[in-house]
Amino acid sequence: MPDFLQFCVSGLTVGAVYALVALGFTIIYNASDVVNFAQGEFVMIGGMTTVFITAAGVPLHFAIPAAILAAMVIGLLLHRLAIEPARGASAVTLIIITIGASIFLRGGAQIVFDKQFHSLPAFSGDTPVMIGGAAVLPQSFWVLGGAAVIVALLWFFFNRTLLGKAVLATAANRLAARLVGINTSFVVGFSFVLSAAIGAIAGILVAPITLTSYDIGALLALKGFAAAMLGGMGNPLGAIVGGLAVGLLEALGAGYISSTYKDAIAFIVILAVLFVLPGGFFGRASTERV
Amino acid sequence: MRSDDPLLKIEGLRSGYGRIEALHGVSLEVRPGEVVALVGGNGAGKTTLLRAISGVQPVTAGGVRFSGTDLTRASAHARVKAGIAQVPEGRQIFSPLSIEDNLRLGAYLRKDAEIAADLERVYDLFPVLKERRRNPAGGLSGGQQQMLAIGRAMMSRPKLLLLDEPSMGLAPVLVDQVFAIIARLREEEAVTVFLVEQNAFAALSIADRGYVIETGEIAMTGSGRELLTDERVREAYLGV
Ligand SMILES: Nc1ncnc2c1ncn2[C@@H]1O[C@H](COP(=O)(O)OP(=O)(O)OP(=O)(O)O)[C@@H](O)[C@H]1O
Ligand SMILES: [Mg+2]
Repeated sequence: MPDFLQFCVSGLTVGAVYALVALGFTIIYNASDVVNFAQGEFVMIGGMTTVFITAAGVPLHFAIPAAILAAMVIGLLLHRLAIEPARGASAVTLIIITIGASIFLRGGAQIVFDKQFHSLPAFSGDTPVMIGGAAVLPQSFWVLGGAAVIVALLWFFFNRTLLGKAVLATAANRLAARLVGINTSFVVGFSFVLSAAIGAIAGILVAPITLTSYDIGALLALKGFAAAMLGGMGNPLGAIVGGLAVGLLEALGAGYISSTYKDAIAFIVILAVLFVLPGGFFGRASTERV
Repeated sequence: MRSDDPLLKIEGLRSGYGRIEALHGVSLEVRPGEVVALVGGNGAGKTTLLRAISGVQPVTAGGVRFSGTDLTRASAHARVKAGIAQVPEGRQIFSPLSIEDNLRLGAYLRKDAEIAADLERVYDLFPVLKERRRNPAGGLSGGQQQMLAIGRAMMSRPKLLLLDEPSMGLAPVLVDQVFAIIARLREEEAVTVFLVEQNAFAALSIADRGYVIETGEIAMTGSGRELLTDERVREAYLGV
């Protein structure tokens, strides 16, 4: 039983990161129909930039906002230089563009940073807290709490602010959004910047636990995408549930079956679920947009 | 601007989809306070023209002037800001958003303090929208969605209201209601109306002037009454 609890805690912790990556997918997908496979790179940029800025002697509380800002700028450039010029291209073309961008960013990170694994010091020390027989790292609370705060802020943004509603309106009906005066190109660029910030925060929060390196983005994008599909592409609640589910599957698979095949186990279960529920847990009635 | 200067002036407008041209040099004008109807059959280019006026459709030649300013290259949001609002074909409401959010987004570019008061005016005009204001707009009936689309457009306080087939797909009693509302908007809100319709009889009946468009070209123009009694119009569009 303590084992089970222990697996759940570590599963929910990585799951929270997948959930944030999946939310990034969802926000961009809703605003622009683009499936952004460079989403994992924002997580890498957040973690790696913080590592290198703190290594240069800058305190963590300055390094973190700087790293988030760096990711936001890269998110904006991704939209302006790669997505916006290809406006009107097919969904497949746009996916290939984002995959190309992620390869480019990984290559750039290899040059700007290095090829080593890095860690950040845990924000509140490394002494585990015992909960019901499971040892929980204080950093896990940072990850879960951070994810919860982001979700709450996003909820507020989309439900209570005019700009948030403009993003929803753009997602619901692009033509009508333009006809009421919403600058939809700005809205799409904004959603890239927002997703970049969310990804970067996830990367910073989890770096003390999982280590970071220039090439963590690809697998994270895949997991985040799987989580978004599992929850139902385009549904924010689905992204969160899907992310936590993928994290739990992975941790339980690693704990009870084999840690070598934890990724494979997670993906097999996801495929099985999608076979039965093609739209995911909270899927839309139509899947034609995918 | 003198009062007989056109509010909207379109000259030699050409536009299309890819390599296929849908408008072959359209010229027309709408003067302040007028209700002008544009009638024409399926695929004549009515929607394309309204899209071009709102700036959501590429224009290859010709120009759009509004209130004395050249808007031919202006963005869609700059045109809303200048005072052009459109009720698009098929209503195009924001279905998952609440009715109130739909209306509030109509005033997206406004910064003044009278947005709440205007919201109440729309609710006075369409009480059913007020009753259900917290519900998703997608749950409204076709006629109610049309009212919402009109209310949303009015929330920008437009000088010029473009309406693309507002009666399409509505039961006859609702069609009458929609045209009554258009007449009322013109009386009470002093808004200038450019109305596109396949329902030529109803549109020309409430219009000061009308244009007939055929395959991307203006084929005829005159006062609403003149066009209603014109032999060719009666044959082609009124089925008499
Ligand atoms: N998205 C599009 N892609 C390609 N061609 C289009 C598109 N939309 C319209 N067309 C073509 O452009 C021409 C004008 O169409 P438009 O929609 O402006 O006509 P309309 O007068 O509004 O017709 P309706 O009364 O049926 O709404 C038609 O020949 C139509 O086939
Ligand atoms: Mg049309």
